[in-house]
Amino acid sequence: MSRVKELQKSLFGGTTSNARQFGMIFTLVAIVLLFEILTDGLTLSPGNLISLVSQYSYILILAIGMLMVIVAGHIDLSVGSVAAFVGIVVANIMQDYSIPWFLAIIIGLGVGALIGAWQGFWVAYVGVPAFIVTLAGMMLFRGGNQYIGNADTIPVPEGFRNIGAGFLPEVGPNTGYNNLTLLLGLVLCVAVVIREWRGRRTRQEMQADVAPMWISAIRVVIPIVVIVFATLQFAGGRVGTSFPISGIILGVLVVIYAFVTRNTAGGRHIYAVGGNARAAELSGVKLKRVNFLVMMNMSVLAALAGMIFVARSAASGPQDGIGWELDAIAAVFVGGAAVSGGLGTISGSIVGGLVMAVLNNGLQLMGVGSDRVQIIKGVVLLLAVALDAYNKKQGRFSVIDSLMRPFRRDAAPSPASPVEAGQEHGKSPVAG
Amino acid sequence: MSDAPVLLEMRSITKEFPGVKALSDVNLVVRSGEIHAIAGENGAGKSTLMKVLSGVYPYGTYSGEILYRGTESRFSDIRASEHAGIVIIHQELALVPGMSITENIFLGNEPGRGGVIDWKIANRRAIELMAQVGLEEDPDTLIKDIGVGKQQLVEIAKAFAKDVKLLILDEPTAALNEADSQHLLELLRGFKRQGITSIIISHKLNEIAQVADSITILRDGRTIETLDIKADGVDEDRIVRGMVGRELHSRFPDHTPNIGEVFFEVRDWTVRHPISAERLVAKHSSFTVRRGEIVGFAGLMGAGRTELAMSLFGRSYGTYVSGQIFKDGKEIVLKSVSDAIDHGLAYVSEDRKAIGLNLLDDIKTSMVSAKLSKISNHGVVDQVREYQAAESYRKSLRVKAPTVDEGVTKLSGGNQQKVVLAKWMFTDPDLLILDEPTRGIDVGAKYEIYGIIQRLADQGKGVIVISSELPELIGLCDRIYTVFEGTITGDILRKDADPELLMKQMTSVKKAQRS
Repeated sequence: MSRVKELQKSLFGGTTSNARQFGMIFTLVAIVLLFEILTDGLTLSPGNLISLVSQYSYILILAIGMLMVIVAGHIDLSVGSVAAFVGIVVANIMQDYSIPWFLAIIIGLGVGALIGAWQGFWVAYVGVPAFIVTLAGMMLFRGGNQYIGNADTIPVPEGFRNIGAGFLPEVGPNTGYNNLTLLLGLVLCVAVVIREWRGRRTRQEMQADVAPMWISAIRVVIPIVVIVFATLQFAGGRVGTSFPISGIILGVLVVIYAFVTRNTAGGRHIYAVGGNARAAELSGVKLKRVNFLVMMNMSVLAALAGMIFVARSAASGPQDGIGWELDAIAAVFVGGAAVSGGLGTISGSIVGGLVMAVLNNGLQLMGVGSDRVQIIKGVVLLLAVALDAYNKKQGRFSVIDSLMRPFRRDAAPSPASPVEAGQEHGKSPVAG
Repeated sequence: MSDAPVLLEMRSITKEFPGVKALSDVNLVVRSGEIHAIAGENGAGKSTLMKVLSGVYPYGTYSGEILYRGTESRFSDIRASEHAGIVIIHQELALVPGMSITENIFLGNEPGRGGVIDWKIANRRAIELMAQVGLEEDPDTLIKDIGVGKQQLVEIAKAFAKDVKLLILDEPTAALNEADSQHLLELLRGFKRQGITSIIISHKLNEIAQVADSITILRDGRTIETLDIKADGVDEDRIVRGMVGRELHSRFPDHTPNIGEVFFEVRDWTVRHPISAERLVAKHSSFTVRRGEIVGFAGLMGAGRTELAMSLFGRSYGTYVSGQIFKDGKEIVLKSVSDAIDHGLAYVSEDRKAIGLNLLDDIKTSMVSAKLSKISNHGVVDQVREYQAAESYRKSLRVKAPTVDEGVTKLSGGNQQKVVLAKWMFTDPDLLILDEPTRGIDVGAKYEIYGIIQRLADQGKGVIVISSELPELIGLCDRIYTVFEGTITGDILRKDADPELLMKQMTSVKKAQRS
């Protein structure tokens, strides 16, 4: 095992899907630094970071749901249309019936749940492939949006706009920074420390190998440095701006869903269904229920994303959400999920989404036209997944490792010669 | 026949897979113009040998020599062997259901020029080839609209289209009814008269005795003997003896059974095939299991043992027609797998890679996956308890892996099987149904699995073992049911069980109830 691999294993855990994130995080850091240089420091400026978060939070919220859909072995093409449909419904009821904004949000989520139940029913209980169901949904709810809104835009009231365009308010003494953002950063730092400490304790309770202290130190110090830097940037922007509310919603969802997918029986079932549906069924997993809930959950998150977008742009229109499904799907695949299902993580998808977001943002800052941005994004998606496919063929998952491979003679891919094969078999017990 | 020139000679073929030696120094001599049968139990190496011959396992992945028509052949893939006139027809037919007979016959071998198919030639040749194999159908008929017997004939016509010199048929009659089988065997005789050599792999020994000129018997990846059917006066009993005649005793751990009362009973269990509704995969099956008893289910491939087991396990196969399950004297109704698990049933499937395991999982995730509730609080998995549970199984079953964080794909077949066993032991079952528990694993690991099965029985659990290896059933089980075409045809105590008796029961519907 190479040193790189060993380090990666101790930093990210031993499982293959975790190991894949190593490469993604590395790529994200590289892209951020690249654009930081190319844009003369514009990328990491407070103003840009804030707009980055509020501009992409709804795509990342979609990526959370999409990851679960893809892990379960499905796809959802309808999320953009569902988001637009819910957006127009919510804008409409607030305008026509003067429904208070918080109630409208709840109604919006309810509409999302109903749409999700509709799609989940066809996928799980009738057995229509999700591709078809959601392709139908894509047309259906796009049409629904234009029908309800008369293909026109509907403005939304002030209070509602907060979930998309709001920031943490200014409170407390004047420190020159946004105090709540500082507090948020502090809480995150403490959380990182506690998480690592609890992880170590759990390993000890298991009587498993505990990583050496210096590994833990790296795993605490690096995130804290990043958090402190980000906190100061977000808190130190133009007065009146700070960390966006939509970013907080995203953060809470990431924490919840990361926990659900990793640590609950229900989350395990999603991976089991995607990894081997028949094996899952024969292990007592209720296949239909899992598929139904995954599809339904996606539409609820799409509803939320739609409302955040409407809030940010202060009105709901007929062109909202076009192409979102593709951005969300791209984020998930760039983040290391497998097309065949069963593999992928929430955090990976978020990192994948951020890679795409930073790429988009950085190119825009450089004044690259949207035509060329699209081309570059397409190439990046293709290369990221192609690299994964290549790695899989080689029986390894690490992006980094494959970057290193040409420089190492011992790992050069070679067809198994009979001599090698013989040696390998010699090691294992042989039947008579 | 024995003076005809040798067409094919395979010399000391050895083929290894990680952890298993599938073929060990196998020799096969096939003479020109004969029908040569290859017999052996499941896993004896018949199919592997044919895959070596046809280039599925290319030259270089095995050791030994293939002499074909007097020269050494080194096939790099199937196309190479087909080019030389060796065509293999697999048990699973390789036909496209939505295409016509003609299209299938010439699939991958289309007559014409520059990629444009000359349908005139194709149709004319198709009619010739169909006549040659005795298939009377419109060549434009779609494959899905003709029966299995005729599909088999299309496969053979397809082989003829490739100018076959050596035709290999792997279990050609397994899916055919009696009349279609007879037709096929008659056809083989006809080919023989035309000078085409055939190799036939079959479990149906009566057919071998009927049609073959000579037979090579394989056992445990070795050639046991080659017999001339007529000169040596070979009959079915003789073949059976060659197939199963091995020392049984040393391969099983010593065990004194401690058998209690009947606690599990199935009455009149009848199940329909999931697709063809008129087919019954289990016909009025009734059986019992006692506490501490290891009960075997013997039968040929396709006899319906797996289907029976899976239909009992929460109706996970076929359509339920009738029947009752009693456990501890009370009737239980199992409509889903989770019902079955909750009532203490466990089913370890025959195909651990396809339906037994999620190959993306690590060891610990696999081991706890059938009863997550046992280590969860309000749906949240307690990772410490998960790890500890998995670790204790890793130690007690001696799974060869450094930690339980290891991915299951990295394990050998035997160790994967232990993980699956642990997965089901973790559900605290009263009755374990083990379907081919030692398929594809080596002798050492088999011994360990037998030990685990015996320990489970000693804990007072009932164990059902479905196996196609008769010696395994005889060595391991306290009692054996034989199954033939969905019907339980025999109930044989260990002391009465011998391979020949079992083989007879497995191939006929005669009831041989023990008094």
